[in-house]
Amino acid sequence: MADFPSGPIQRVEGRALVVAGEDIDTDRIIPARFLKCVSFDALGEQAFADDRKELEGAHPFDQPQFQGASILVVNGNFGCGSSREHAPQALMRWGIRAVVGVSFAEIFFGNCLALGIPCTTAAPDQVLSIQAAIQADPSRAWTLDLEVMKFSAEGESWTVSLADGPGEMLRSGRWDATSQLLANGPQVDALMEHMPYLNGFRPAI
Amino acid sequence: MSSGTLYDKVWDLHRVTDLPGGSTQLFVGLHLIHEVTSPQAFAALRDKGLTVRCPERTVATVDHIVPTISQQRPFEDPLAEEMLSTLERNCAEHGIVLNGLGSGRQGIVHVIAPELGLTQPGMTVACGDSHTSTHGAFGAIAFGIGTSQVRDVLASQSLAMNKLKVRRIQVNGQLTEGVSAKDLVLHVIRTLGVKGGVGYAYEFAGPAIEVLSMEERMTLCNMAIEGGARCGYVNPDQITFDYLNGRVHAPSGDDWDRAVTWWSSLASDADAVVDDEVVFDASAIAPTVTWGITPGQGLGIDESIPMPESLEVGERPMAEEAYKYMDLQPGTPIAGVPVDVCFIGSCTNGRLSDLRAAAAVARGRQVADGIRAFVVPGSEQVAKAAEEEGLDQVFRAAGFEWREPGCSMCLAMNPDRLEGRQISASSSNRNFKGRQGSASGRTLLMSPAMVAAAAVHGRVTDVRSLSLQPDL
Repeated sequence: MADFPSGPIQRVEGRALVVAGEDIDTDRIIPARFLKCVSFDALGEQAFADDRKELEGAHPFDQPQFQGASILVVNGNFGCGSSREHAPQALMRWGIRAVVGVSFAEIFFGNCLALGIPCTTAAPDQVLSIQAAIQADPSRAWTLDLEVMKFSAEGESWTVSLADGPGEMLRSGRWDATSQLLANGPQVDALMEHMPYLNGFRPAI
Repeated sequence: MSSGTLYDKVWDLHRVTDLPGGSTQLFVGLHLIHEVTSPQAFAALRDKGLTVRCPERTVATVDHIVPTISQQRPFEDPLAEEMLSTLERNCAEHGIVLNGLGSGRQGIVHVIAPELGLTQPGMTVACGDSHTSTHGAFGAIAFGIGTSQVRDVLASQSLAMNKLKVRRIQVNGQLTEGVSAKDLVLHVIRTLGVKGGVGYAYEFAGPAIEVLSMEERMTLCNMAIEGGARCGYVNPDQITFDYLNGRVHAPSGDDWDRAVTWWSSLASDADAVVDDEVVFDASAIAPTVTWGITPGQGLGIDESIPMPESLEVGERPMAEEAYKYMDLQPGTPIAGVPVDVCFIGSCTNGRLSDLRAAAAVARGRQVADGIRAFVVPGSEQVAKAAEEEGLDQVFRAAGFEWREPGCSMCLAMNPDRLEGRQISASSSNRNFKGRQGSASGRTLLMSPAMVAAAAVHGRVTDVRSLSLQPDL
């Protein structure tokens, strides 16, 4: 498996796979029983565990033609429900490096961003045509280009969207927020000195 | 863009600086942690050689993995034991208070922080748990975060966030007898959809909200996330202050008076601008029950499972999936659907008033044959208060099991779970496929009183049709 995301992310290249359906929640992406762990390491195998069991090999995460795919294409409100970062961690450890869909639940979107996984959007009919193109030929190599905001393969291209802030964070490699937050420690100190509930509710000076 | 709302005021107060890329560094006033979403965050701190910046602003408890029958250590499940001992080690190492089993303060994180007075108006509250929206009931800006953000909060007491829009959910009129905050929020989600709130904070306002108790407000805000809204809140008022007065971590003495003055100033201004407003009539809401596999698939108790042609085109695929998974036919009245398991508890409805409402139904009645029914108090304090009132005896006499506090069957990270195709009447918050621990298990969400009514009849029942005996 390729390394986990690091540094600037201008584009993600690879084969793609489709997990279709509205409102796919994080309990489905990673059922709660697999959250009994103190490390994320083993989660890749468990992604979509119950859906895969139910489909007995017919789930895209099990089908041979989609093994090694790195771009996941979904529909609306993907990743809703529980805030568990175990969901994007499981997808990442299975091999996913980017997601394209109609819309994403906010906490899931933020969790992906924190891992360097772009969640880009396109209109519902555009996503359906992307999904059809992937199903028609699972072997095609796709590029999700965050510089020009296109999802494309030879001869075909769709425009995708990503808000400026997250897009810039990914392209510049500043998607891992910790160091920036720590660099502003003095400003946090200053804010705490005037926060009413940390200072006996005295009026700010 | 909103202005003058509580959300705007609290956001501005906690804004440390704008970050490159457009997000805001936001100070976190109260950070709550539990055993499931924190161990990897502590491990990441160690990997990076970082420490916890403000250990006194982080508070821990254990809730998701604790068994509710016997809480003897070590737990039978070695994975659960490892998670709790990891939390204990991390808290000890970093000087974080852990409200552990038997401390008198343990319980579901969204139950204990309010009851200890930790959650207060005007704070930002973050926790690695989506139901953190609960704390918005106090006029706090409270939201769930992922584990990478838990790491960031531990390291910096702040996180990178983007400001939400504000939608006012204006609820006019009054809820009628037998209709609770749970019914109200299920109705809101049913109306606006599970993705209707994405990008918004929900401000719950209006005459029906102003009279709700704090516990009811917590139920309401708890499920904002099920409507897609990462936070929900209610403006603080006298009901808020009365709840907080005298609690362990609430301000006291002169601080209290100053606090009330400050808290009062945070409520949305009369001329506040919101991005959107939706108006509801509380008097038109019936006890509401979900029939499908998302919290938005709800019905009034006197309604039937929708026919596909009555739904908008976009809703039909999800409905088709739900008919199949739930094994419920379109056109079937929801009242009368048989259940197997009845669960009263969770961060949505595991507080004392919830148990009282359920006990009023259970008192003098019996759980129907073949039904497994159990009550899980949301915290050790809730359990103690309920036992002092004799609620445990009411439930036991009626044939319910009375358990130890924890998240229990809301999410199947402990021994409490559905088996096979069992169908539950549940006072929890999610009816997702597999949520309650069986990959084919089914969940009907409803209020605690409605769960109790289902338990004594063995099927979904309009609680308004039962006479209630709130006191002996």
